[in-house]
Amino acid sequence: MLLSSWWDVRDLGNAVSGLVDALQDAGVPNGVIYSIAALLGCLGIIAFVGATAVINIWVERRLIGRIQVRKGPNRLGPFGLLQPVADAIKLIQKEALQPKSADGVVYSLPPILIFIPAILAFAVVPFGDKMVLADLNVGVLYLLALGSTTAVLIFMAGYASNNKYALLGSMRVIAMLISYEIPSVLALLGVVTFAGTMSLSGVVDFQDTYWSWLIFFQPLAFLIFLLGTTAELNRTPADIAEAESEIIAGFHIEYSGMKFGLFYAVELVNAMGLSAVIAVLFLGGWWTFGVEKVIPGWILFIGKIYAVYFLLIWFRGTLPRFRMDQLMAFAWKFLLPLGLINVLVSAFEVLLWTEYDISAGVILPASVVVNFALAAVLIVGWSKLMMKPFTDVRRRPHLFNEINVPLPGEATPEPAG
Amino acid sequence: MVIAFWTLAALTLGSAVMIVLTRNLLHALLCLILSFVGMAGVFITLSADFVAVVQVLVYAGAIAVLMLFAIMLSPRSGRDNAANMLQLPALVLCGLFAAGVTFTVIETDWREASRGSFDTTAEAIGQALLSPFVLPFEIASVLLVVAMVGAIVLVREDS
Repeated sequence: MLLSSWWDVRDLGNAVSGLVDALQDAGVPNGVIYSIAALLGCLGIIAFVGATAVINIWVERRLIGRIQVRKGPNRLGPFGLLQPVADAIKLIQKEALQPKSADGVVYSLPPILIFIPAILAFAVVPFGDKMVLADLNVGVLYLLALGSTTAVLIFMAGYASNNKYALLGSMRVIAMLISYEIPSVLALLGVVTFAGTMSLSGVVDFQDTYWSWLIFFQPLAFLIFLLGTTAELNRTPADIAEAESEIIAGFHIEYSGMKFGLFYAVELVNAMGLSAVIAVLFLGGWWTFGVEKVIPGWILFIGKIYAVYFLLIWFRGTLPRFRMDQLMAFAWKFLLPLGLINVLVSAFEVLLWTEYDISAGVILPASVVVNFALAAVLIVGWSKLMMKPFTDVRRRPHLFNEINVPLPGEATPEPAG
Repeated sequence: MVIAFWTLAALTLGSAVMIVLTRNLLHALLCLILSFVGMAGVFITLSADFVAVVQVLVYAGAIAVLMLFAIMLSPRSGRDNAANMLQLPALVLCGLFAAGVTFTVIETDWREASRGSFDTTAEAIGQALLSPFVLPFEIASVLLVVAMVGAIVLVREDS
């Protein structure tokens, strides 16, 4: 582990940069080198995504089984480890029925297209010190844009099925997705205010420089973004898209065979992607208080991804499903004000830090204490405020006075109410 | 670079033409979303990364959803894009407009900017929105608040 040659597994980026340097010395034109490096990165990401999509089927089903006090799948292979293989074989050999009145192209496209935002999310995530596929300057905004394109694709799937329940499911999902985007954006705004940059490797560098994880600086933002993520992923408690007991299967009722298999796989890949984003922004990415000098950073990062994924599975196994109006009220009346207050307080702290030249050693621990206290006070206080029934609604002021003038032909006017 | 530009231009213009030519209004909307994504690509070839991502986020993510809901709430008979008598006049008008715009684009003496490229467009846009252009920024936010309040007032029940 202490070798510093290009085969050092602590930093897989070393191998690629070594190859790029060798190619450049050999005189290969720049465009070809760039394409080769990009291709290697894409292959790495696709390998990771494919491996985790297969493993996560088993992880999720076993864990949910244990949370629900039952064994998960344990028949196929030792500890049920061949369950994903069996699932894949079953889905491949199923007949992919297409309703006759479904919209031809618009029906077949969503299962394929919905993979695109899911995999593109991994392009900006730094797995290690030099292991980013595309170090965009606007990485955080790019992830939000990907989340909003998923909404349109889910609508396409629901509409093209020519099925009332599918359309109903997809309309509900769009309403939920666009509602939960806003608190997510505000939570990430708090993170970006502290880190000073929107690029994800810049956020990891911030956590490296100030020797702390951003979850300690922004606990409220972490909670808001976690809840926004469960809604974006259509997972319980926010899974009105596929509420099995309500509208059978929501927008993917009419999809069978491998098309449904693609939707199922994309759910898992999306969960991995957003867990990776949470791990990078709030849990330090590959940086872990110096441990990454011993154990390779990307192994620690994958561990953190699975820790956040475990949180998401825990939510799914424990919490019941929200009703549609409860979901909307939670996003607009609870998460949105909390997000706004968090942005305000974070911006004030960063202002004190930069404009008045207070040193980081003073302002950062103070902001940790203040933010935690704020999070506790807001969560408890705001929920108490929201629970008070608004029965004391006074009469709205009107712009005119109501008078009662008898119409011609009528008798005496009734007294005004 | 040139390959990227011609591919994205073909994508954008192709989907724009398909918007007008398809029979189904929802297919037209999906082609519109595709042309938005093509536009975002063109922004990226001009090194405007922030604008490109915001284009996808706002147009393809939010405005497209708005149009979707508008189409869903309209009667099914109005979603046809059938042939009618207006096609020839519309074609003539569009041809004249295209000729006018092309003549202007070719004959104008565009002064090319000599400032060079930005490193981070997000920071430049942020600085610009808060120093020279802070008044339009604030007016835009007031406009959005007015729109939201108006929407709530229109939908509110008189209780």
